[in-house]
Amino acid sequence: MRAPLGWLREWVDLPEETTGRSLAEVLIRAGLEVETVDRVGAEITGPVVVGRVLASVDEPQSNGKTIRWVQVDVGPEHNQPHAEYPQGCRSVVCGAHNFAVGDLVVVSLPGAVLAGGFAISARKTYGHLSDGMICAEDELGIGHDHTGIIVLPADAGLAPGDDPAGVLLLRDDVLDIDVSADIGYCMSIRGLAREAGQNLRLPYRDPVDRGTPAARADGYPVLLEDPACPLFVALTVTGIDPSRPTPRWLARRLVMAGMRSISLAVDITNYVMLETGQPLHAYDATRLTGPIRVRKAAAGEQIVTLDDATRTLHPDDLLITDDTGPIGIAGVMGGATTEIGEATTDIVLEAAHFDSSSIGWTLRRHNLPSEASKRFHRGVDPNAAYSAAHRAAQLLVELAGGTLADAETVAGGLPAVPGQAFAAGLPSAILGVDVAADRVVSILRESGCDVEVDADRLAVVPPSWRPDLRDPYDYVEEVGRKLGFDRIPSLVPPAPVGRGYTPGQRARRAIGSAVAASGFVEVLTFPFVSAEELDRLAVPADDDRRALVRLANPLAETQPYLRTTMLPGLFAAVARNTSRGNDDLALYEVGRVFLAGSGEPAPIPGVDRRPSADELAAIEAALPSQPRHFGAVLTGYWRRPGWQGAGVPAGWEQAFALVDVVGHAVGATVDRAAADRAPWHPGRCAALSVAGELVGHAGELHPAVCRGYGLPAGTAAVELDLDALIRLAPGAGSIAAVSPRPVAKEDVALVVADDVAVAEVRAALADGAGELLESIALFDVFTGGHVPDGQKSLAFALRFRAPDRTLTDADTAAARDAAVAVATARTGAVLRAF
Amino acid sequence: MALDHESIGQVVARALDAFASASSTSELKDARLAHLGDRSALAAASKEIGSLPGPERKDAGQRLGAARAEVTAALAARQAEVEAAELERVLAEERIDVTLPVELVPQGAQHPITALMDQLSDVFVAMGWEIAEGPEVEGEWLNFDALNIGPDHPARGTSDTLFVEPIENHLLLRTHTSPVQIRSLLDRPLPVYVVCPGRTYRADEFDATHVPVFHQIEGLCVDKGISLAHLKGTLDHLARSMFGQDITTRMRPHYFPFTEPSAEVDLQCFVCHGASVGDPDNPCRTCRSQGWIEWGGCGVVNPRVLAACGIDTDVYSGFAFGMGIERTLMFRNNAADMRDMVEGDVRFSRSLKGVAR
Repeated sequence: MRAPLGWLREWVDLPEETTGRSLAEVLIRAGLEVETVDRVGAEITGPVVVGRVLASVDEPQSNGKTIRWVQVDVGPEHNQPHAEYPQGCRSVVCGAHNFAVGDLVVVSLPGAVLAGGFAISARKTYGHLSDGMICAEDELGIGHDHTGIIVLPADAGLAPGDDPAGVLLLRDDVLDIDVSADIGYCMSIRGLAREAGQNLRLPYRDPVDRGTPAARADGYPVLLEDPACPLFVALTVTGIDPSRPTPRWLARRLVMAGMRSISLAVDITNYVMLETGQPLHAYDATRLTGPIRVRKAAAGEQIVTLDDATRTLHPDDLLITDDTGPIGIAGVMGGATTEIGEATTDIVLEAAHFDSSSIGWTLRRHNLPSEASKRFHRGVDPNAAYSAAHRAAQLLVELAGGTLADAETVAGGLPAVPGQAFAAGLPSAILGVDVAADRVVSILRESGCDVEVDADRLAVVPPSWRPDLRDPYDYVEEVGRKLGFDRIPSLVPPAPVGRGYTPGQRARRAIGSAVAASGFVEVLTFPFVSAEELDRLAVPADDDRRALVRLANPLAETQPYLRTTMLPGLFAAVARNTSRGNDDLALYEVGRVFLAGSGEPAPIPGVDRRPSADELAAIEAALPSQPRHFGAVLTGYWRRPGWQGAGVPAGWEQAFALVDVVGHAVGATVDRAAADRAPWHPGRCAALSVAGELVGHAGELHPAVCRGYGLPAGTAAVELDLDALIRLAPGAGSIAAVSPRPVAKEDVALVVADDVAVAEVRAALADGAGELLESIALFDVFTGGHVPDGQKSLAFALRFRAPDRTLTDADTAAARDAAVAVATARTGAVLRAF
Repeated sequence: MALDHESIGQVVARALDAFASASSTSELKDARLAHLGDRSALAAASKEIGSLPGPERKDAGQRLGAARAEVTAALAARQAEVEAAELERVLAEERIDVTLPVELVPQGAQHPITALMDQLSDVFVAMGWEIAEGPEVEGEWLNFDALNIGPDHPARGTSDTLFVEPIENHLLLRTHTSPVQIRSLLDRPLPVYVVCPGRTYRADEFDATHVPVFHQIEGLCVDKGISLAHLKGTLDHLARSMFGQDITTRMRPHYFPFTEPSAEVDLQCFVCHGASVGDPDNPCRTCRSQGWIEWGGCGVVNPRVLAACGIDTDVYSGFAFGMGIERTLMFRNNAADMRDMVEGDVRFSRSLKGVAR
């Protein structure tokens, strides 16, 4: 809502020194969102005065134009001596022809600066020295008209040399206010003037100055057939003169308020809407056929609206109709068939009240945020309808020469306003500041409420323009707003002892810290993917990652699904980084993936009670599964080539090591086993498990996938189900006694078949070595030489220690032999002599 | 050889000369073998002692013993000198350029959004609050109805909210972390003091100041006797913890369906402390010389919300507040473009150093 200060002054007695900015501060404190204060016309400076045309000579030019050489009286202060005119004058060249000798015009003199920084100076043109300029609307920033200059009204009491700013409404401060949904009454000069008056304690006059009379039906016939329209006022004005232009002040105010000037009758309805907040509609009376009916649309019914669009209506849309069918979408936009035009002389004025919810739905269904619908869906004062209709009719009489018919229609009546009762101490309790009961009462009465005090309880009925005052807490807010929130003290609430972070939250934090400390950079990517993404990853048709959740209204139709894997987002991040010259990358992301669920709908329980256990369970059951995943991708160098020597490329090794970092952070041992899963290299992919349960995969990416995504060959990736990993991670465990006895070391080299996994041999050795084994580590893998083809030699360092004694050579040898025996039995390993 | 005093003195002098002229441990070893070894003059002299008659043997033995002691001591002293000199040489040779660039692992980093959410969470956990979490695809009832955002509220349209197909299934990407508040009220025993950090979604444009996927932190307190003053106290405490002991907040009346009264919360500018207001010579880019920074929304929990969770509104009241993490990061760390936060450029993630202030 754009509110010119000058318009507000008509209804509230603001002191002379009040500026747009000072009023904005008051309104902001009261909870209005004043976005900007435009100082309209402030850029126009210097001498801009009223002039009277003394003489005008048409002078045809060689370029085909005819200019006028004009002598203009601009008042004693500005006139220059002139031989023919004793009072003096200024001589100017003018290109326009829409004026005559004796007319009053607006003259900008040298030194003036006009709209857009246009500086006026005396200049030679068309063989004359033009000592100023006669102004058109656009040059003063008050309109777009450049077809002619401004001719001022002769009856406005203006004399040469006067300042025309007042009559032109040249300058004003305009407050641009973002009106939130609960204060629809501020979508009007009326509401804003009231807020200003109440907060500044200044006298306020209400432009809605009539009550709503009892129903009568002697005007244009109106039939209300739907409860969404409880009140419809119809006045008839005949014999208006369609040639009359909109007075400059009215058009100027519309423009400052952000609307366009269209025609006098339409401008009047808009003007009254801005002033009172009541949307009005003018029908060409001669184009109406039969009574006006307000009813819901039939399925498939169509209307051509004022914007010449054909709209198919929804059965819940409320319509204004006559015998020909729909003539308007109620409260949203009028129809083309009854639109007033250049020849309209007889008008039926509609001022109706519509249910805000019904209008809200219609405006969203048709995406029609008109000035009317914006107001109706926030809530309009039903009592404003009758008054606004009469105000518009009065302007049509005064400005357009029409005649208001005595017969008028008031169909329906004011909807009942529900009151509320609450303890007088409630505002104090909820605001946390003492507000005496009589202060509460006086504030609410100033806001227009009817308040009855019964001991310590208040019975309150809100004014007709405040549908937002409904619950006791709404009145608490009204009291708080009028009191000022700066009166609220600052008090830290006494929270009970808390349990700190949950084990899961601590685990995720530990993982994030450990992974970042290990050299990985966290990124956050959008979780939107295309279905083709899974094809690019070569994910098979029956894979669980194909259980995609689709959005009904995705941000981009090319990515309508939610991710089921973290990898595409990370690949895109790699591509973006490499395109910017960041080639050595170790990226990770923690986020949810979304796996389609049952496909059952979620219920919408009521809101007047807690939902039943069944209803809540049904909501949970309808949700897709949304586990948190950990994803990582490595490419380029892990360690760049440098002064130490060759670089270390990033690849599957670091990917596996990263998995260990993640596991270690939460105390989980993550086992790796060879696996074949897209998008990894079939020979370089590890299935990751904790305590025998699969938690993810890691390894080098398939070369075809790297090619498809433009990733360097050898790029490695990790994806873990973080929730599963953390769930499976054991507790911290116990701290064993640390033995001070000496360690005994034994190295063994075992020859096994190529396809036997190191982990298998290692596990067998460990199982066989028994309790004395302290640690076991692989230190060499060897092929060729004496090792037969198809086999490999694995060398392990075993360390033995007893808690209570020094081990003898025999002890260690026995443990070593037992270890080798199990390895031989399980893996066919043959002990190789060193 | 003769075992007279003079002869032995010559042997000793030769040994001492040899030691003194040895400049390395290997030369010194050679000198030792030559002058103290089995074939040395002293060793030969020792053997000769046995053949001397009794009284002479004693004298010669004493002389020889003293000579050997002198030579041995000289060797030890020279040994120490030579070793020290050699160590010095080795240390000099081993000198490194301590300014060589080194790295244990590449420079990793958590995303600034994650770090900021953790920091905000820490403030509340220290106050005894707990961290609540919930799903990102959420039931429409939890995201809207339960929060007093009725069926006709415009935010429920497809132009603002991302719905799961089909829309009739009433599933959506949560538009705020508020459904976690509802879950907390449904699941937890009263009183409830929780904050909910997390990811949220809106069908918003994607430009320097808007991203359709963003992060919020919301707080909820429901207890007996809770008022707007407790909200103000909590916000002030948060402002002090995050931005400095002298920083405060202010509330401006506003409208949200889920709170009544509702307010927007502004943070006192922690850079200029308001000094830039009306001082065009010293503009403040953090608060755009307003003195205050818009931070988030807050208010007293609307009793309709509590009622939808089965809470007795005659006994309990509460407050709630919420802030955008991206926005907070923008004004706290001068991040200029929100798009940088979601594009995954490692330079952005690495840009915050050390422990956040």
